[in-house]
Amino acid sequence: MTPLLDVKNLRVTFPTRQGEFEAVRGVSFTLGKERLGIVGESGSGKSMTGRAILRLIRPPGRVEADKMELHGRDLLSMSEKEMQGVRGQKISMVMQDPKFSLNPVMTIADQIMEIYRFHTGAGKKAAWAKAIEMLEAVSIRDPERVMRSYPHEMSGGMGQRIMIAMMLVTEPEILIADEPTSALDVSVQTQVLSIIDRLVRERGMGLIFISHDLKLVSSFCDRVLIMYAGRVVEVCEADKLDQATHPYTRGLLGSLPDIREPKDRLEVLKRDETWRIAESVSGRT
Amino acid sequence: MSHIHIENLNVWFGDGADRVDAVKNATFDVPSGASFGLVGESGSGKSTILRAMMGLAPTWSGTIQVGDFKLGKKRPKEFYKDVQMVFQDPYASLHPRHSVDQVLGETLSLHGFKDIDNRIMKLLDDVGLGPAFRFRYPHQLSGGQRQRVAIARALAPEPSVILLDEPTSALDVSVQAEVLNLLSDLREEHKLTYLMVSHNLAVVAHMCDATAVMQNGEIVEVMTVEDMRAMNPKHPYTKHLLDSSFGYNPNAAQSA
Amino acid sequence: MTDTNMQKQTLREWLMTDTPTSRRHAKFAALYSGWLTLKSNSMAMIGLGILLLLVLIAAAAPLLAPMDPFVQNLGNRLQPPGTEGHLLGTDSLGRDILSRMIYGSRITLYIVALVALIAPIVGLLVGTVAGYTGGWIDTILMRITDIFLAFPRLVLALAFVAALGAGIENAVLAISLTAWPPYARIARAETLTIRNSDYIAAIKLQGARAGRIITRHIWPLCISSLIVRVTLDMAGVILAAAGLGFLGLGAQPPSPEWGAMIAEGRRFILDHWWVATMPGLAIFTVSLAFNLLGDGLRDVLDPKEGGHS
Repeated sequence: MTPLLDVKNLRVTFPTRQGEFEAVRGVSFTLGKERLGIVGESGSGKSMTGRAILRLIRPPGRVEADKMELHGRDLLSMSEKEMQGVRGQKISMVMQDPKFSLNPVMTIADQIMEIYRFHTGAGKKAAWAKAIEMLEAVSIRDPERVMRSYPHEMSGGMGQRIMIAMMLVTEPEILIADEPTSALDVSVQTQVLSIIDRLVRERGMGLIFISHDLKLVSSFCDRVLIMYAGRVVEVCEADKLDQATHPYTRGLLGSLPDIREPKDRLEVLKRDETWRIAESVSGRT
Repeated sequence: MSHIHIENLNVWFGDGADRVDAVKNATFDVPSGASFGLVGESGSGKSTILRAMMGLAPTWSGTIQVGDFKLGKKRPKEFYKDVQMVFQDPYASLHPRHSVDQVLGETLSLHGFKDIDNRIMKLLDDVGLGPAFRFRYPHQLSGGQRQRVAIARALAPEPSVILLDEPTSALDVSVQAEVLNLLSDLREEHKLTYLMVSHNLAVVAHMCDATAVMQNGEIVEVMTVEDMRAMNPKHPYTKHLLDSSFGYNPNAAQSA
Repeated sequence: MTDTNMQKQTLREWLMTDTPTSRRHAKFAALYSGWLTLKSNSMAMIGLGILLLLVLIAAAAPLLAPMDPFVQNLGNRLQPPGTEGHLLGTDSLGRDILSRMIYGSRITLYIVALVALIAPIVGLLVGTVAGYTGGWIDTILMRITDIFLAFPRLVLALAFVAALGAGIENAVLAISLTAWPPYARIARAETLTIRNSDYIAAIKLQGARAGRIITRHIWPLCISSLIVRVTLDMAGVILAAAGLGFLGLGAQPPSPEWGAMIAEGRRFILDHWWVATMPGLAIFTVSLAFNLLGDGLRDVLDPKEGGHS
C-alpha cells in the first residue's frame, strides 16, 4: 500500500551570519492512515518539519529533500499555485494558538465558508450547511450562534475547536497539528484531543501531531519520532515509549516528575555531542 | 508555626457591574520552611494570590500575613527584602537592555548591600551560572539560564520566602528538571519557604508538601502530597485534574 | 601584514564574543553587533555616508568654499552653473551659490542638532511620566500635548516666531515647541506596554521608586524608538526651518540658510532656475539621507531584537 505521505531526507536550511544553519537535517518518514507524533524540545526542528511539508518556510530559508510525495505526487516540484490547492485541501494545519490563526475582523461563518468555497467552489447555501455540520462535528453547541460571532467572543478551547472545524471542512487527507493543545487547560485539552482523535478515525485521515509533551504523545499517537537538533534520533511505537533505548529519549523521560513515583532529585539530561552528529533514524515503514 | 497566613482573601478587579472576583475567600497556611503549591487552570486565581501578596493587585480584602509582616495597603521596604518572587516567563521578566551584572547589581544596591561585586559572584555561583555569564545580556542566554538569573535576583536580598509563579512552564522538560533541582537545593541551603503556583500537578507533587487546588477563584481542596500520590482526592475537580495529568485517556474524554 | 591581520581577527573575535569579561567589553560587543546589522543595510549606509559628508563639509567650510559666501558682485549676477569660477552659478547679487551652500550646511546642522536635542527630550519626559504615573497627571499632560498637536505645525511655529522675533535661535525654539508632542505620544504608548511587563514588576518588588524606574528602566527602551523617529523627522525639521527661512521668519539675509536661499531664488525661478534649485537639491539630499538612516536604525534599535539578530 502506498503511504499518504512519503518524506525522504528532508532538510531545512537558513543562512545566518555564522554560516548555514540546518534546522532540519535528513528527516525521513512515511505517514499512512495513522497518528504519527513528532516530539522534541524547542529548537529540535519539529515545527520546521511540519511547515516544510506544506512548504511554508519563507526565503531565505530553503527546503530540500530526496523525496517528498503526497500520494506519489512530488510536493517539491509543484508550482506555488498548485501548492495552494494542496494546502488546506489535501493537507491542513492547526497551529498552537487560535488567537493568532483566526482573523479577528471576520465572523466565524465567513472564515469557514470562505475556505470551503475557495477549495470546492460551492454555493453559499451549501457552504453554510457544511460549516454548521463541521461545527457540530467538533462538539460545538448552538452552531448557528457561533457562526455569527467573532473570534474574540470565543474562549481558547472554543477557538481551537473552530480552527479544527475550519481545517477539516475541506476534508483533507492529512492533518498537521502543531502543539494544538499547549495553550489550553488540561480539561479542555482532553476535549480537543478526543475531537481530533474521533475525526481522524472516522474520516480515515493521517495525523502528524507535533508536541513537546512526551506523555501526551505516547498516550495519543500510534507511532512517535523523537527529534533532537534537527534529526530523528529514535522511532518507536507510542505505547512502547517507556521502553525507548536512545539515551536522549531516556533522559527526557527521566527528567519528568511523576506523581506516583516520587524521587528526591530529577534526572538531569547530559547532552552528548554524538547525538547531534549521528545519522537521522528513518521513520519509513 | 506558620510563616504565611492567608485568611478570607478576596481579590477583585474593576468596580460595580465590571467587577470581576478573581479570588474568593481564600484561606491557607504555610509553615516556616515548607513548600506549598497552588494548582489550578488559567483564570482560577492562583497567580492573583501571589500578585496580591506582592502588592501588584491593588484591590483586595482579608488577611495576608508573612512572617512578622501583617500587610496593609503599603508594604514596607523590609517586606520586599524578606519576600521575593520569580515570574513565569523568563523572557519577559528580565529587562532586555540590562546585563546580568546590572540586574543583580541594581537589586543589591536597592537593598543597601555594600560588597556588591562579591555578592554578584556568589549569587551566580549559587544558581549554577559561572562568572562567564556576568556581563551577558538576556538575548545571549537560553530560557533556562534566564530563569536562573531571575532566581539569583530573587535570592539577592536574602529573603526567607520566595513566591514562584509557574517558574518552569515556559521551559523544556530537561531544563525544567535542572531548575526544579536548583530550587530544591536552594530551599535546603537557605532555609527558604516556597509558595509555588503551577498548572502542572506532577511538578507540584515533586516540589511541595501540600497543595491547594483552585477553581474559579475558590480553593476547592487542600491536600497533602501523600494524598496526591495515593490518588486520593476529595473533590471531583481535583480528581479530574489528576486524571488529566497522565496524558490522553479516551475514556476520560468521554465522561468530560 | 600577517601580524596586523592577526590582530584584526582577534579584535573582531573580542567584539563578537558571547562571554564578555567586563562591563565595557559587554557594551562594546553590543555596539559592534548593532553596527554589523546597520552595515548590512546598504541604503542606511548610504544615508550615513551622506550625513558624515555633510558634517565634514560643515567643519571644513572655509577650506572647501571657493569664495566668500557674502561677497557681492553685481556685474556677475545670475550666472548659470558651469560659469568660470562658479560651478553652480551665482545668485541675484552675484554671490557664488556653491560657497553659500557649503556655509549653509553649518546652519542646517546647527538647527537639526538643536531640535534633535530639545524636542525628543521634552517629549520623552512628558510621555514617560504621563504613561507611568497615569491618573490625573496623565490626563493633564496628554491634553496639553493634544492642544499642541491640534495646530498645524508651521502655523504654530509661525506664531511663536512672530511672538519671539525672527532669527535662527527663535526658529529652532519654535520648531522644537511644535515637534515634541508626537514624541510624547510615542513615549507614552511605549511606556504603557512596558509598565505592565514582568521586569518592571520585578524591579518594583525590589522597592525601586517611580523616578528610578522611569529613568533607568523605561527610558532606555523608549529612546531607541525615539531616535528612529527623530531621524525620520529630521527631513521635516529641515523643511520647516527652510519654510520659516522662506517666509523670512527664520535665518535672516544675508545668512546663507538653504530655505532662505530658495526664498530669494523664487523670484527668478522661471528664467534662472538654478538659484532656487541648487539649495533645494541640498535639502532633498540631506532629508533623504536622514530617512534612509532612520530606516536602518529601526532594525538595529528594535528592543525586541535586543541588538542581535
